[in-house]
Amino acid sequence: MCTGPPVPAAAAPVLSRARRRPHMRAMAEPLALYVHWPFCRTKCPYCDFNSHVRPRIEQALWRRALLAELEHWIGRLDPRRLVSIFVGGGTPSLMDPATVEALIARAVAAWPPEGALEVTLEANPTSVEAGRFRAYRAAGVDRVSIGVQALDEAALRFLGREHSVADALAAVELAAAVFPRVSFDLIYARPGQSAAAWEAELGRALALGTGHLSLYELTIEEGTRFHAEVEAGRLRPLAEDEQALLFELTDAITAAAGLPAYEVSNHARPGEECRHNLVYWRYGEYVGIGPGAHGRVVVDGVRLATRTHRPPERWLAQVREAGHGLEAEEPLAPSTQAVEALMMGLRLREGVPLARLEALAGCPRDELVDARQRARLEEAGLLRPDPERLIATAAGRLRLDGILRALLR
Amino acid sequence: MTELSRIRNFAIVAHIDHGKSTLADRLIEKCGGLDPREMTSQVLDSMDIERERGITIKAQTVRLRYTAKDGQDYVFNLIDTPGHVDFAYEVSRSLRACEGALLLVDATQGVEAQTLANAYQAIDADLEIVPVLNKIDLPAAEPERVKQQIEDIIGLDAKDALMISAKTGQGVDELLEAIVQRLPPPVGDREAPLQALVVDSWYDPYLGVVTLVRVKNGELKRGLKIRFMGTGAVHAIDRIGVFTPKPLQVDSLGPGEVGYITAGIKEIADARVGDTITDDRKPAPEPLPGFRPSQPVVFCGMYPTDAAEYDTLRDSLAKLRLNDSSFVFEPESSGALGLGFRCGFLGLLHLEIIQERLEREFGLDLVITAPSVVYRVHTTDGKVLELHNPSDYPDPTRIVKVEEPWIKATILVPDEFLGKVLELCQEKRGIQLELTYVGNRAMVVYRLPLNEVVFDFYDKLKSCTRGYASFDYQLDGYGESDLVKVDILVNGERVDSLSMIVHRSMAESRGRAVCEKLKDLIPRQMFQVAIQAAIGGRIIARETVKAFRKDVLAKCYGGDVTRKRKLLEKQKEGKKRMRQVGQVEIPQEAFLAALKMG
Repeated sequence: MCTGPPVPAAAAPVLSRARRRPHMRAMAEPLALYVHWPFCRTKCPYCDFNSHVRPRIEQALWRRALLAELEHWIGRLDPRRLVSIFVGGGTPSLMDPATVEALIARAVAAWPPEGALEVTLEANPTSVEAGRFRAYRAAGVDRVSIGVQALDEAALRFLGREHSVADALAAVELAAAVFPRVSFDLIYARPGQSAAAWEAELGRALALGTGHLSLYELTIEEGTRFHAEVEAGRLRPLAEDEQALLFELTDAITAAAGLPAYEVSNHARPGEECRHNLVYWRYGEYVGIGPGAHGRVVVDGVRLATRTHRPPERWLAQVREAGHGLEAEEPLAPSTQAVEALMMGLRLREGVPLARLEALAGCPRDELVDARQRARLEEAGLLRPDPERLIATAAGRLRLDGILRALLR
Repeated sequence: MTELSRIRNFAIVAHIDHGKSTLADRLIEKCGGLDPREMTSQVLDSMDIERERGITIKAQTVRLRYTAKDGQDYVFNLIDTPGHVDFAYEVSRSLRACEGALLLVDATQGVEAQTLANAYQAIDADLEIVPVLNKIDLPAAEPERVKQQIEDIIGLDAKDALMISAKTGQGVDELLEAIVQRLPPPVGDREAPLQALVVDSWYDPYLGVVTLVRVKNGELKRGLKIRFMGTGAVHAIDRIGVFTPKPLQVDSLGPGEVGYITAGIKEIADARVGDTITDDRKPAPEPLPGFRPSQPVVFCGMYPTDAAEYDTLRDSLAKLRLNDSSFVFEPESSGALGLGFRCGFLGLLHLEIIQERLEREFGLDLVITAPSVVYRVHTTDGKVLELHNPSDYPDPTRIVKVEEPWIKATILVPDEFLGKVLELCQEKRGIQLELTYVGNRAMVVYRLPLNEVVFDFYDKLKSCTRGYASFDYQLDGYGESDLVKVDILVNGERVDSLSMIVHRSMAESRGRAVCEKLKDLIPRQMFQVAIQAAIGGRIIARETVKAFRKDVLAKCYGGDVTRKRKLLEKQKEGKKRMRQVGQVEIPQEAFLAALKMG
C-alpha cells in the first residue's frame, strides 16, 4: 500500500458556514444527493438495510428534519452542480410526496444542475403505493426503481413481500406510463431455483420492456431472519457453483435482450444506466442524508467519509439539536481513496482508469497494484489487458473480491 | 557425616498414576521433613507441568531422618526418578545412586508396562527390590491377584509385599521399618579417591548450575577443586547441601550420601547426568561406569506463528536449554514457514513438554512440523549422513541404503484387545518377539520402527484398546529399511516442511491422506490448486482444489463503501495468517493438520 500525502486529522462536523463564491460556478464539482427513508411496513427476511417498522410516522417532522440536514450540507459545501438525487430506503414510497418535492426543490435551488437532473425514488409495487406514482412524478421524480423481487407467487411469499405478481405487473405498467424511466429489482439464486425457472422468470421480466434491471443474487446477510434459518439448518442457500451458473446465464440473457450488465448486478439499455449509482461506482462525490446514510464528499480539499446515525429516533434527535445526524466523518487517506475507487470501479464493465487511481493515491500505479498479480489475472482471463484501465471481464466480475485481494498490496 | 550402616538410599519405581508422588509426600510427612502447613500435595513435583501431568521430569531427592523401632536414627535418601520412557537414561542414572527400590504397584490396576520397564531397570542396577501394593483401601483392590502378577511377569518374590495406602497412610509405618530392615546400606571407602555420580543438574537463576550428586567413595568438601571426568571441567565447590526437602547447607558429603553442590558452573552441559566427579588433585583412576551423553532421537521443526516472534523463540529455547541439556536446537528455514529451529528431543513426551513450556511460560504460538527420527543414510561416496530433517534427504541416486532406528516395545493388554494390538503392530511393520499370557492379560514384545511410533502409534493403541493397554519401549539399534521420501507439491512447488520419510509400502496411503486433508482445508482460490504427493519425479497422489466460481458481493449497498472496504481489509488481514506457497495461500489450520498427519 502506498503512502500518499499526509491526511489532516478528523475534524468535528462543522456547522453551516457561508462560503458562497458565485463566480466559481463554472468550476463547480458535480454532486449526487442520497436521501434515506428508514421505514418499511414490514421487515423482509433477507434485508439487512437500515429499515425499521413503526406504527406511526410524523411526516411533517421527518420533512423538517431531512430539510435541516440538507441545509447543513448546503452550508458546508462550495458551489456544486447537482447531477442526481436518489431517494432510497426503507420504503420511500411511504413518504409524503410533499416531502420529496420540498427536498428536490431545495437541492436544486442550492446546487443548480447543469443539464438533465436524474431523480430516482424506490417504490414497492403494492396498489396503495402505485397510487402515489403520479404525485411523485409531479414532485419531480423522473425515475422509479420498483422492488418487484420476483415474478413468482411462491417466491414472493418466501421473500416476505406484501404484493402479488399481478400487483407487480400492474405497478410496472403504471410506472411506465407515468415516469420517463423505470427500473425494477429481482432477487434470484433463491434456494431450490433451477436455471430453467430463472430463465423463464427473467424472460417475463425482460418482456415488460423497462430500460433498466437490477438483478441481485440472494445474499444471506448476518442479522437477518434468513441468516438465522440458515444457521439453524432450516434454509439451504444455493451452492456456489449453481449461483455462478445462474449469474452467467443472467449476463448472457440480458445481453441478448439488449440490456447488458454495466455493473455486477445492474443491466441497462445503453444510455439507461442509473446515473446516480454511476457516481458511487466512479467514486464521485455524494452527500447522504437521513438515518444511516453514507457520503463521500470533498470539504476544504479533504475527501470525507460520512455516516449518520442508524436508529431513526437517534438521528432525528441529533438533527433537532445539531442540525445534522452525523455519527462520524473521517478524512480518507489518499491510499484509502484509491482502494475505494478501485473496489467500486471494478464493479463496472468500463473498469477504472489507472490515472484516476494514481491521482487519488498520489503514487505510481505499481505501488498501488501488484503488477505480477495483474499479469496473472489477465492471463487467466479475469482482467482485460488494457494499459490504461483496470477492467474485469465478465468472468472476473464474478470473482471480484478475490481479484481485489490479489491486486491490492 | 553419617555412618554407612545408618544410610538407606532408595527410589520408588512405578507406572504412571500408581501413587509414587503421594507415597513420597507421605514419607516426607512421617519423617518430619516439612511442617504440615508446608505440605502441598506432591512436594517433589516442583514444575507446574509435572504437577498437572502427574509425571516427574527432573530427578528430585529428599533427605529424611527416621528413628527406627530399634531406637537408632537413620538417614533416608529418597531419590525420585523420572517416570517416562523418554527419560530412561536419567532413570537408570538415578537408580545407580540407590541400593534399593520400592516397586510400587496399584493394587487395583496391577502390573503395567512401565512397572515392568522400571523394575527391569532396578534389577539391572542390582538393587534390592521391595514390592509395595498401593491403594489397598479401595474396594477394587485385588492384592492377591497383583502379587501373583508380580511373581509371574517380573519374577520377583511378592510373598512379603507390603500393603499400603499412600493416601490414608495405612501401612506406611511398616514400610518405613521395611526400608531399614530389608534395604541394604551403601558401601564405600572414605579414604579412597573421590568418586561422586552426577544424578541430575539444573540451572538456578541465583546459584547457577546446581548439581545433585551421590558420593561413592571419598569425600566432597567445601572449597575442594573438583573435576568432571567426562568433560574434564574443573571447578571449586562453593556450596554443599542436602534437601530436606528444603535446601540445608552442610560441610561435607561422605560415601553413601546424596546432596547437592554448586561450583560456579555456568552451563548444565558442564555437569552432565551420569558423569563422575573426582578430586582434581587426587583423581580416581576410573570414572563410575555407564556414562553416556544423552542423544536426541526425535526431531521436529519449531516455527513462530508470527514471524516477528522469532527472536523470542530463540531466547526462550536458550533459556529452556539452561535447564535441560538433553534437547538440542539449531536454526532452520523453510519456504512456507519462514525462520525457525530444528529441535531434537529424547522422545515424544519430551517434545510435548518443551512445546508446552514454550507456549505457557513464554507465551509463544508455535507451528510444529511432524516429528521425525534420525535416519542413517549411506551415500555412494561412502559417507554416512545422520539425517534429522526429511528436507535434507539426498537425491535417491546418491543413496546406497538407509537405516532407521528400531525400538523394542513392551505392551501389556487385556486379552480381549490383543487381536487389535497385534494387528496394529503388524500394520506398523512390527516383528513379534514374545507373546505371553498372565491371567487374563497378555504381554507382547515387538520390534518396531521408531518412525512408526512417533507417527500415530500411541493414539491408535489408546483408541483400539480403549486406553487399557500400557506401553513402554527401549531403543534397539538401527536396521536397514526400504524408505522413500515423499514430497508434497502445491501447484508444482515442493512444500519443504511437509516432506516425510516413510516406508515404501506406506508412501502412497500417507501421501494420499495428506493431499486429501489439504484439499479439504485449503479454501477455493482465484486459481485452481493442484495438490500432489510425489516420490522423486513420480506422482503418487493428486487432489485438486477448484478455483472460485463466484466471489463477489451481489449488492453493494448504496454509498456504503466503508463496509465493503472493511470487509476487504479483514480478508487481507486473514491473508497475513496464510502460509504462502508459490501463488497459493494455505491457511495455518490446513498446515497444522497436514503436519499432524505427516
